[in-house]
Amino acid sequence: MSAASPRPSPAFSPMRVYALVTRYMYLLRSSWPRLVELVYWPTVQMVTWGFLQLHVGQSANPLVFGAGAFIGAMLLWDVLFRSQLGFSMSFLEEMWARNMGNLLMSPLRPGEFLLALVVMSLVRLFVGLVPVTVLAMAFFGFNVYALGLGLAFFFTNLVLTGWAVGIVVSGVILRNGMGAEGLAWTVMFLMLPLGCVYYPVSVLPGWLQTIAWMLPPTYVFEGLRALVIDNVLRTDLMLQAFAINLGLLAASTAAFLWLVQEARKAGSLLQQGE
Amino acid sequence: MTEPPAIAVQSLRKAYRKAVAVDGISFAVPRGAVVGLLGGNGAGKTTTIAMIMGLVLPTSGTARVFGHDMATDRQAVLHRMNFESPYVDMPHRLTVRQNLTVFGRLYGVPALKDKIAGLAADLDLTDILDRPSGQLSAGQKTRVALAKALINDPDLLLLDEPTASLDPDTADWVRTHIEDYRARRNAAILLASHNMAEVERLCDTVIIMKSGRIADEGTPADLLGRYGRETLEDVFLDVARGRGAAAEATP
Repeated sequence: MSAASPRPSPAFSPMRVYALVTRYMYLLRSSWPRLVELVYWPTVQMVTWGFLQLHVGQSANPLVFGAGAFIGAMLLWDVLFRSQLGFSMSFLEEMWARNMGNLLMSPLRPGEFLLALVVMSLVRLFVGLVPVTVLAMAFFGFNVYALGLGLAFFFTNLVLTGWAVGIVVSGVILRNGMGAEGLAWTVMFLMLPLGCVYYPVSVLPGWLQTIAWMLPPTYVFEGLRALVIDNVLRTDLMLQAFAINLGLLAASTAAFLWLVQEARKAGSLLQQGE
Repeated sequence: MTEPPAIAVQSLRKAYRKAVAVDGISFAVPRGAVVGLLGGNGAGKTTTIAMIMGLVLPTSGTARVFGHDMATDRQAVLHRMNFESPYVDMPHRLTVRQNLTVFGRLYGVPALKDKIAGLAADLDLTDILDRPSGQLSAGQKTRVALAKALINDPDLLLLDEPTASLDPDTADWVRTHIEDYRARRNAAILLASHNMAEVERLCDTVIIMKSGRIADEGTPADLLGRYGRETLEDVFLDVARGRGAAAEATP
């Protein structure tokens, strides 16, 4: 027998989640370009859309364009995009570092891995977006926090969608290798037209509206316009988005586990090149 | 109660479409034994190890670790094993101490700071603990990888080319450490290596693979005697080039 009897490994360990979060925090702390990248693009977006809103607001219906619909949509779009990207970036760091084999051979469970990625998605989101919301207030007088409870609804629904997409993308990369890396950067842009970020869903043709209403962000951005233009908090839309998100998360987690199993069959977990 | 062998491989086969990487092999690694897995490139060593780790699913057959089927029940035993492989790396931007801390927490190692200090002393890492892993020499990286592989005091250690790229002095030092670890923990070790002197020194049993099958196996002394050779390297070449054992070749 061994010198010390082996201790059973718990089915869920907060310590293992903490270990992985620590790994990503070490990485962020050690790399200022990574920190700058988190803030850079949201700031560029906010400034661009902020000035566009100023310009259009002077020549069109000020009720519509002066209410912050554009800049609010831009900030919430970044919540959606950054929540997925933050999730996927932490995952990709493991692939770039060729560390995935070490993690997969450790007692870390898939659920713990995903939870750590969720935590890091939130960390990256806050590091990237909080300074930008302050700048939006200072430069354009748009206070996203004035959305109050609506902001909490919007934020929750958007990050849930971002994580669901991030989970599927991670599974696809595990199964297909780094040749699928581009998905992590581009897949969310499909939500830009279909999620009706900058225009009402009624603009779309009928058949496309049906598809749009299958996506939680559509409900969020419709809700945002209702709140900033009509001053109405559409909790019905938020609850519908939440229900769809729960389904998406369950489906994406199941897809991730299936893709991991397929990767084990294909032998692609140790060979993660192109 | 008798504990199952550290590794029990039974009729293990892995096929990728028409290519057969591992073709129905069976072997066991008892507790406390060091078994060498030899074979040329493409012989099936890495696929075999990957199936023992549970990272690749067999097409048929089983790979069990301490009685647990690694295809279906690997989580029950992962905390008792560890590995070192050239196919993986440690995050480069993290310091050695940070990397060992992360993996120590993943494995639930108690008194982790003391454990890291002990490993650093054993593996001569103390001076480089706070250096980023990406700035280390090849030899230092190998020692760090070994420290990671030993962080949880594994009962089963899978080593894939553990002394590749090391100078002779450092390689000898690492081998001594592996020998000490095995003696101290009664750990089972499966060693894949192309260094025949290393295999001869460390292994109780040697398995030679060719084209996905076990071409021969035995103790180093048995193999040398059977092939009438002075070194395992000559035995390896005989197997690789299709020359049978001397005993078989004799009419």
